[in-house]
Amino acid sequence: MGLSASQIPEPPKKDLPLWDVKLGELPKWVARRDISPTGVYFAFKRAELKFNNKYVHVKRGGIAPYAMMLTGYCIMSYIWSYDHIKHDMMRKHH
Amino acid sequence: MMVSLFSQFDSPWLLNIPLVLLALIMPWKLFVSFGPSWAGTRSSRLVYATMETLMSQVMQPLNKLGFRWVVLFSSLMLMLMTLNVIGLFPYTFTPTTQLSMNLGLAVPLWLGTVVYGFRNHPVIALAHLCPEGAPNLLVPVLVVVETLSILMRPLALGLRLTANLTAGHLLMHLISSAVLGLMELSVMLSGITLLLLVFLTMLEIAVALIQGYVFAILVTLYLDENL
Repeated sequence: MGLSASQIPEPPKKDLPLWDVKLGELPKWVARRDISPTGVYFAFKRAELKFNNKYVHVKRGGIAPYAMMLTGYCIMSYIWSYDHIKHDMMRKHH
Repeated sequence: MMVSLFSQFDSPWLLNIPLVLLALIMPWKLFVSFGPSWAGTRSSRLVYATMETLMSQVMQPLNKLGFRWVVLFSSLMLMLMTLNVIGLFPYTFTPTTQLSMNLGLAVPLWLGTVVYGFRNHPVIALAHLCPEGAPNLLVPVLVVVETLSILMRPLALGLRLTANLTAGHLLMHLISSAVLGLMELSVMLSGITLLLLVFLTMLEIAVALIQGYVFAILVTLYLDENL
């Protein structure tokens, strides 16, 4: 009938957030994280929910989240296509 | 020069992932977000109100039977409009410039309407091939012409969208290169070309929205014929 205190599993200890991790300990921190496909998916999902709860699902929202998303998308597109568009750039040496 | 003009429509790959994937996810991430409030956010209500107005126009020719398709058409129209408009931002990739994608949208939708018509009332669907009031001698010719026109519909649907967007992007690419090239020659001429580019961008935004609308409304018209 119910679980005793010793039977209830302990919640997982919270790891350091990424901002607080020292550069030297970064590989160890990454190894501690869940890098399986579901882990990666839930990491993206957590980031998305955090962003949405902060900017989108508020009583008086504005254009901020959409401006941020579009700017991020433009920057990511630039990074994605850099190899393709570097030949079109006005540079002395290509 | 010809090689580099059309190379803007290649989908670049990074780490074996094509940019077209990110481009296709964008409308989803921009609009779909379910929050704690049932009433929705300001922006979701704005989108809903706009779509309600637009869809009441799009679904006007259809009778009650056709209202089952409103979710499909509204999502189709919203997706096309969003993909087209976001493609006007710098460095982004527009999936609707690819004929493969547009034909992939047009052929199943058109074929669905045709098969629906032939399955539910084949005689009426065949009767559409001969317009009313035509002289008897012309009927064989008319049937052939109408069949051809029906077969050309998906091609026209897909190609219209592709051609409009590709032409617009190419024109912007050309005129912006002209602005850059003319700057050394004559700043005033470059300024006039820049003004032209500003107006062209405004036209491109309108074309992007209109092409999405036209695609959806043509599919509703094809459905209306076969309902």
